[in-house]
Amino acid sequence: MAAPNQSEVRYLNPLSVDVKKKKYCRFKKLGIKYVDYKDPEFLKKFLNEQGKILPRRLTGTSQKFQKKVAQAVKRARHLALLPFVTDMMK
Amino acid sequence: MNSYETVFIATPVLSDAQTKELLGKFQGIITENGGQITNTEEWGLKKLEYPIQKKSTGFYFLVEFEAEGTIIETLETQYRRDERVIRFLTFRQDKHAIEYSARRRAKLAGKAHEAAMAPKAEAATEETVKTVEE
Repeated sequence: MAAPNQSEVRYLNPLSVDVKKKKYCRFKKLGIKYVDYKDPEFLKKFLNEQGKILPRRLTGTSQKFQKKVAQAVKRARHLALLPFVTDMMK
Repeated sequence: MNSYETVFIATPVLSDAQTKELLGKFQGIITENGGQITNTEEWGLKKLEYPIQKKSTGFYFLVEFEAEGTIIETLETQYRRDERVIRFLTFRQDKHAIEYSARRRAKLAGKAHEAAMAPKAEAATEETVKTVEE
């Protein structure tokens, strides 16, 4: 009897199942081969508000390019194009 | 021979002539040690994201060159000795960086060409205006 009872349960609205947006590596998708440290505005996409490098599990960047992003961010920081620590960057 | 890229930041107190002289000095060091300069850029006075030696602005210079690895030590020693240089970065370009910088140069050259053409056109119109006034 349990099975028919369960089928009686109806929802007014269809259950909202979170459709996860598939993350992708923007470098692979756009065919970018070199991450430029001279462009701080672009690099800011990979930083949080405090200026920390975001993990690739959040940005979706592939490992190969995450390394290059990290390198570029560090170069930009050394040349004072990006801050080491800050607040409210975005 | 490797391709290198070097950026240095000079103190903001320098005059135009002094910055030219400073850039010339480091270009000279590269060429004297058997390097070949492929590109030079002056980014001008830029605001620093954090203070360096209590300075909040600085003149940025970029030099790309091809040379043997031994030159780097000489160059960086000179950077350290020069009090006008407050920060520097030198690194070897990998194949992607070389490709990227070549495209960047082409783009900048295109822009410079356009910029060079535009003032000429303006100057020409000004001249005609002047002649009309006369």
